[in-house]
Amino acid sequence: MIQPRKDSSDLRVPLAADGGLQDVLTVQLHKRFSNAGRDFTLDILFTIIPGITILFGPSGAGKTTLLDCVAGLTPPDSGKIAVSNRVFFDHVRRTNLPVQNRNVGYVFQDLALFPHLTVGENVEYGLAGVDRLKRQKKRDAILESFRIAHLHRRKPREISGGERQRVALARALVTDPCVLLLDEPMAALDAATKSKIIDDLRVWNAAHAIPIVYVTHNREEVFALGDRVLVLENGRIIADGTPHGVMAAPRQESLAQLIGFENIFHAVVAAAHEDRGTMTCRIADSNVELETPLVRAETGSTLLVGIRAGDILLATVQPSGLSARNIIPGRVLSLEQRDVIVAVRVNCGVEMEVQLTLAARDALQLQPDRAVWLIVKTHSCHLMMAT
Amino acid sequence: MDWQAFWLTIRLAVLVAAVLVFLGLPIAYWTAYSRWRWKFLAEAVVALPIVLPPTVLGFYVLVALGSRSPLGRFWQVLTGHTLAFTFGGLVIGSIIYSLPFAVQPFAASFALVDPRLIAASATLGASKLQTFVRVILPLSLPGLVTGVALSFAHTMGEFGVVLMVGGNIPGVTRTVSIDIYDQVQALNYAAANQTALVLLAISFAVLSLVYGVNRKAWTVGPRK
Repeated sequence: MIQPRKDSSDLRVPLAADGGLQDVLTVQLHKRFSNAGRDFTLDILFTIIPGITILFGPSGAGKTTLLDCVAGLTPPDSGKIAVSNRVFFDHVRRTNLPVQNRNVGYVFQDLALFPHLTVGENVEYGLAGVDRLKRQKKRDAILESFRIAHLHRRKPREISGGERQRVALARALVTDPCVLLLDEPMAALDAATKSKIIDDLRVWNAAHAIPIVYVTHNREEVFALGDRVLVLENGRIIADGTPHGVMAAPRQESLAQLIGFENIFHAVVAAAHEDRGTMTCRIADSNVELETPLVRAETGSTLLVGIRAGDILLATVQPSGLSARNIIPGRVLSLEQRDVIVAVRVNCGVEMEVQLTLAARDALQLQPDRAVWLIVKTHSCHLMMAT
Repeated sequence: MDWQAFWLTIRLAVLVAAVLVFLGLPIAYWTAYSRWRWKFLAEAVVALPIVLPPTVLGFYVLVALGSRSPLGRFWQVLTGHTLAFTFGGLVIGSIIYSLPFAVQPFAASFALVDPRLIAASATLGASKLQTFVRVILPLSLPGLVTGVALSFAHTMGEFGVVLMVGGNIPGVTRTVSIDIYDQVQALNYAAANQTALVLLAISFAVLSLVYGVNRKAWTVGPRK
């Protein structure tokens, strides 16, 4: 039976006013394509409610293709994509709404601001059918919400990266889209700029309540932004849940990521601090305790801890007042120059390798048997399941 | 100098360049964005006038316009005269002759527009035509100027097609290059030189404009 199609804008009532109705993005799709010379299959099923949902996955996991399918830039082979009861794509019914009729907000990885238009003209772009007064009102309101009103006469190349980001968001949101897609939009921004922009986005969405899909391959962004995370790997959603529940789960296949870690130890989980999102691990056969990110592992179980030699700081006096949680005393065993990097081996109960620049070695006057302290941030400790 | 021939040539070149904007834009758009597998054949047809001897092209245009072809007969029934050896026939021949000089720069500049900008425009609700007018055209301006300038200059100096299609009728089909040829035939080298210099100056001015707008080398010839 074919149900009557309704425009979803009828249904988009702010949650507070209505108490129940909201836009929900449902995606069920299958798509085979060739990605960088190899066959790739995207096989996806998920539902996204209003709020920010993180779509996390390594490069080449199919994240952008998935967004392109939702936006209508590329068709799936089969499946169904809809926002509430507004169907974008339905293989069975042969529905494929053209991009320009989907009303999807899409912020591209490189933002894709129109270089020949000013900030104001970029933001107004999607309001072509709206009469002039209303258009200006909407434009000014969204410029104000994203704090870029003073820039409206500038061209995109004349403003900063963070400002460009704000323009791209304003341009996508001014049309009142029924869903917002963000494709690694802030990869190039520093954390402070990023969090301010996200705050403004949250404020905007408190009033509009649309589903927002935020694609990233950056773990820190996942913890900073997400209420909910979908993990995409090799074209499939392999995990779905809260950042801590999903991201921390050690996975067998992550073992491959250990390649390139100079320091790998077996470690026993000594205690988990779920409230803080951390846990304490003791490196096997030593007294060295490390504070690490929380993973889903039993107390007393054995994991692998990987720490990159370049992620460890080295001090020649005992440091204090540091934010880093792991300060480990030890003695220099040997120094070895490799090209422009110095690899320092330190005995601190276990042997660890630290990499320094030549200038740092000279400034610290490092030599064998010197007492040193190693400083390791909690999130520099990467945990994997021991096999 | 034969001013009648000069103004006739200018009129011809302006008209041809103007028609080629309207004719060239859709062809170039299709060339740049179509994914039709046999597209290369169509591209080859458009590029043909670059390598075809003008006399060959002129010959076929003449035959097509003449009273023995269906097109020529249709025109004759409609207007009472044939297109061959008229200014109108000259315009048609010149449009075909200069088509690649408009289409190729247009298409090359369209293809340079970032596809994500086109995608962004679509997600913001713009139709293909709106996207073309508001995003692709403004960002292709150097290519547009190049195409118009090249087809203008190319028409200014054409000889073979004009001779075949138009003949040498003063005030109707006698263009500057035919005039130069006539002067040389009459051993009137001074007059020929004068006219040739004017053509040289115009060609130089047009190409300076093209290079100035693009600020990098633009080679006339098949793309890629």
